[in-house]
Amino acid sequence: MPDDVTQTHFDIDAVLGGFGRDRANLIPVLQAVQQHIGYLSVDAVSSVAEYLGLSETTVHSVASFYTQFKFKPSGKNVIKVCRGTACHVGGGERILAEIERQLGIKPGETTPDLQFTIDTVACIGACALSPVVIVNENIHGRASVNKILEAVAEKKDVAYCRCP
Amino acid sequence: MPVTSDFATLQAEAKASWQALIDSPTPHILIGTATCGKVSGAMSVYDAILAALERLGIKATVTQVGCFGMCYAEPTMDIVLPGLPRVSYGFMTPEKAGRIIEDFIINGNPRPDLALCTIGPGLIEGITPFDEMPMLKDQHRIALRNGGHINPLRISHYIARGGYAGLYRALSSMTPQEVIDEVSKSGLRGRGGAGFATGQKWQFCRNAQGSPKYMICNADEGDPGAFMDRSILEGDPHSVIEGLIIAAYAIGASEGFIYVRAEYPLAVSTVRHAVEQARERGFLGTNIMGSGFDFDVRIKEGAGAFVCGEETALMASIEGRRGMPRSRPPFPAQSGLWGKPTTINNVKTLAMVSYILAEGAYRFAGLGTDKSQGTCVFALAGNINHMGLIEVPMGTPLDDVIFKIGGGIPRGRKLKAVQIGGPSGGCLPADLSATGLDYESLIKSGAIMGSGGLIVMDEGNCMVDVARYFLSFIQAESCGKCTPCRLGTKQMLDILTRITKGEGKSEDIPALEELAKQIKVSSLCALGGTSPNPVLTTLKYFRDEYEAHINEKRCPAGVCKTLIKYAIVNDKCNGCRLCEKACPAKAITFVGKRKPVILDETLCNRCGICRDVCKLDAVAVK
Repeated sequence: MPDDVTQTHFDIDAVLGGFGRDRANLIPVLQAVQQHIGYLSVDAVSSVAEYLGLSETTVHSVASFYTQFKFKPSGKNVIKVCRGTACHVGGGERILAEIERQLGIKPGETTPDLQFTIDTVACIGACALSPVVIVNENIHGRASVNKILEAVAEKKDVAYCRCP
Repeated sequence: MPVTSDFATLQAEAKASWQALIDSPTPHILIGTATCGKVSGAMSVYDAILAALERLGIKATVTQVGCFGMCYAEPTMDIVLPGLPRVSYGFMTPEKAGRIIEDFIINGNPRPDLALCTIGPGLIEGITPFDEMPMLKDQHRIALRNGGHINPLRISHYIARGGYAGLYRALSSMTPQEVIDEVSKSGLRGRGGAGFATGQKWQFCRNAQGSPKYMICNADEGDPGAFMDRSILEGDPHSVIEGLIIAAYAIGASEGFIYVRAEYPLAVSTVRHAVEQARERGFLGTNIMGSGFDFDVRIKEGAGAFVCGEETALMASIEGRRGMPRSRPPFPAQSGLWGKPTTINNVKTLAMVSYILAEGAYRFAGLGTDKSQGTCVFALAGNINHMGLIEVPMGTPLDDVIFKIGGGIPRGRKLKAVQIGGPSGGCLPADLSATGLDYESLIKSGAIMGSGGLIVMDEGNCMVDVARYFLSFIQAESCGKCTPCRLGTKQMLDILTRITKGEGKSEDIPALEELAKQIKVSSLCALGGTSPNPVLTTLKYFRDEYEAHINEKRCPAGVCKTLIKYAIVNDKCNGCRLCEKACPAKAITFVGKRKPVILDETLCNRCGICRDVCKLDAVAVK
């Protein structure tokens, strides 16, 4: 695996240090860790457990409940298809099916070469611009299969929104 | 009680600087940069505006504002020149923006051909005034009162338009009980979906024993198809924060939370900024406005679980646990966050609270119907011309919303159904479109208000597929704690999936009805309890479609993949190659100019893209 996705060498104490050792901070702590390394590694889960005085099982059981948390590194390019109603009506499911077919993976999976991950998002709330697909940080409104595949193939930034 | 704060001074300053901005001799350019604007390219338009101003040597103020609700016309750019009303332009591109700036600011031509409307007093020939825009003239904006008008990052803009006056009134001249009475008098009911009387909810919490008390804003808008909370948080965050402080004062809370979806990064950062500003101005913290009342708020980001919109699940999530609901009673008002009395209100409810306190209960109560007072906010999406956000008095007929405000169905197609209330709502057929949009009328029809997502569907939608879609959503989002929701919805989804594949059996419909009945009565929370609604309403109003799938193995709307085939209509096809270029499966072969193309059924994966791109209607579904 390439170094950049498995890179976990960061100062976890520095990340955790900003939070009180309080159960209520569990989710914000996990969010901060994931923001740093892209997913929740086994090491990260145990560090968080130790820091907050919880068992690793507790930390894992909470983290695994929420769709935001990932336990495996994602591919270099993450394609997220919005699965909201407006996107469904606008053909989002067809886009998803076609991307699945082209990349040979299902939502939540990563291609063996670690280039692409497909994911879905419940609704990003840009329904008037359906169907919506997010390629890495770029949100594509009024998306079409071809536009998305093109964007993916060329890995170019064709959209405009870089959310903070 | 003595209020020593100089709110009046603050307000006067804010109004003066707002007026100075309006009267300024420098051109003022406003651009809508909420998420919807950004997705459609607002930031490249913004860059183009700056470039054009520099190129032309124009000194102008450029302000980023939230969303007016006319999302279909995004990105939008507005120009205000001295002595003229504000002119709004839609469907902007970087090139167009540069051209309009040159034409209007340099050459004095407001380009009526490209304008959407004018805003504010004064007229410009050839441009429709804001209040006469078909999408806007029947609206009454309360929760959406500031979106698109103010810079959400500037607290003084909000104050200049009457913001924090409601809080000032509450803290300077009313007891908490009087605030609750005022809200009760307004008739406000929770806008998160269930419609429980807000004043009563507050009263329960005020009366409850226990301390501290907590006040929570539920900004976990997870309903697919709803984006009003996002838009309010991105365009007018202070209206929500002000409502939250007023509510906290009424119930006696000293600590609060805003629980906001992580899927809305722009909303999260806007609210964070707004909370800091409110704190700096002394609207949050200790001794607010000199009244002796202390209250502060923390922001919690959700982590992607639909069920966390349910109040007991939301509280579990704040406590750092799995976001699973629990049975009630005890209600949060008695035993909520960490076992303490807690009130949870939706974003829209709180945005309306700040209005009610500022303007008085009767202004609000005078709108709407007898039992559903005030206004309701809807997100219009799906097969409708004017997609976006609207706010109308309760009881407004669905017809008016779809055809007058929403501009009707695109491409001359016919209205088939309206899905209202998200996955917990229902699908109303076109002949019920006279239904008033208020809590009572909607419940009578089998749907619910929900959070206010309105998805309009034309004839091209299969209602069995829509029901399957909602069940797949519910199934994926069920927290799994109670069996009816976890396994019952799975069973319903399996049956629906089979039907859409043409493998339905005659006993499927009674089985769905039985499952729906059981899930409704035995689920732990509203997510499970309302999950059969999309199935029940489609069965009620579109039973013939279910029967066609089961008995004739046919999808009348031409949607369900395994039941349809695509074919080229030879008479209509002129070999323009659009479909050939678009086909991802390479199932279409070009023969020659002015000759019909060939579609290979064995390669075709029935994605329907060819039909979408064909301008000649030459792709048929069998």
